[in-house]
Amino acid sequence: MTSNNSFHGYRRENGRVGVRNYVAILPVDDISNAACEAVANNIQGTMALPHSYGRLQFGEDLELHFRTMIGTGANPNVAACIVIGIEPEWTQVIVDGIAKTGKPVAGFSIEQNGDINTIAAASRQAKEFVHMTSEYQREECDMSELWVSTKCGESDTTTGLSSCPTVGNMYDKLLPKGIYGVFGETSEITGAEHLCEARAATPEAGKKFMKIFQAYQDEVIEPYKTSDLSDSQPTKGNILGGLTTIEEKALGNLEKIGRTSTYIDALGPAEAPEKGAGLYFMDTSSAAAECVTLMAAAGYVVHTFPTGQGNVVGNPIVPVIKITGNPRTVRTMGEHVDVDVSGVLRREMTIDEAGDALIENIRRTANGRLTAAEALGHKEFVMTKLYRSA
Amino acid sequence: MSEPHLLVHHDGDNVGVVVVENLKAGTEMLCVVTENNTDFKMTVNHDVPIGHKVALVDFAEGDTVTKYGQDIGRVVAAASKGDHIHTQNLKTKRW
Repeated sequence: MTSNNSFHGYRRENGRVGVRNYVAILPVDDISNAACEAVANNIQGTMALPHSYGRLQFGEDLELHFRTMIGTGANPNVAACIVIGIEPEWTQVIVDGIAKTGKPVAGFSIEQNGDINTIAAASRQAKEFVHMTSEYQREECDMSELWVSTKCGESDTTTGLSSCPTVGNMYDKLLPKGIYGVFGETSEITGAEHLCEARAATPEAGKKFMKIFQAYQDEVIEPYKTSDLSDSQPTKGNILGGLTTIEEKALGNLEKIGRTSTYIDALGPAEAPEKGAGLYFMDTSSAAAECVTLMAAAGYVVHTFPTGQGNVVGNPIVPVIKITGNPRTVRTMGEHVDVDVSGVLRREMTIDEAGDALIENIRRTANGRLTAAEALGHKEFVMTKLYRSA
Repeated sequence: MSEPHLLVHHDGDNVGVVVVENLKAGTEMLCVVTENNTDFKMTVNHDVPIGHKVALVDFAEGDTVTKYGQDIGRVVAAASKGDHIHTQNLKTKRW
């Protein structure tokens, strides 16, 4: 049995702790998806991670692609990894990046081999990895060894009143114990950026956040908008749920960082935190699957996801815990809800109690309990692309 | 305390959020300010869905709507205390 301060996880070669034990079959590029899916079909206990990009990318966009691929393979929830790409060079870049963790990783390239020979060779290696990693045992780990990310979706006014402050309360309690946390959603802080800047632990971190925030306004919204963002932010689902303006949405969003927590650095997308335990901001899209994929690639192993109207997103390598306070969503979409905090709206449950309920669910999830999204088969793996390929 | 119909984040906010389903026009609502747990009664003028906002004051065009103690946009059509506040009478100041 574990106490309230510990859970059973998988300790990896680099000391990090995972809460799942996957053998991932990772395509370098879109045209290697078929081979990866064939390997995963051949060998039970493996999982392919198909995606849409990886060819003709360049500059910062290519760096982000490599960072996301390497970070995904390096995530402690992945026990071992097969990498398959069309060309050997980029495949090797990703293999070498993942190998720095010390975990088993092997690369295969399709050019001059063809799909069938590649699939055969990769399947033999994947089978060895499955035999090896399926014998790994969970061991007792302190709660402080968890890396917990957050991002909300299909928000409404109930998220700002209940599920987002529940996550905030969790961070206020677990960050002082030494966990790593992260929040993001750059566009969704619009209207609350002054409050977000003020929550930086240092003026330097606040300035870095504001630079990222302003760059999104200047480099993305201004050149590409056709009218304004009113049709996308808030979303149609947000509006149906009662949210009217981006400012209102942003203020609810920011409830996720609690009352006392401060962030120590602002990260680029999929960038691993390097300033020690604590809370980080990450420059991400507010689209659920893109954001969770980036945070998983930065090394986070459990995701907390407040929702109002009922977002169903999951991730292939990271358990996504859904929290809602909307009683209608509990009634109509209960199969997607892991933590029901609708008692907060009835004044039957305090935010402090809701935070404790979430922490207990995180602990059980870290122990191996499948989340609603895992049980329902949600494996959304979506790369962030910065601009058109060459 | 019985179940509230409307929750208000901060003491100075001029809108609150409906937290029950099927709220009908004319209902005398129990309203609770979550910041300090104080309560008051107010009548709602419209059928307002769960999660949607109700005006706590009379609004003129151009007024600022405050929630979480913060500016969440401007009134674009006058509204009375107890009215439904949403996209028909409130717009962002940002875009």
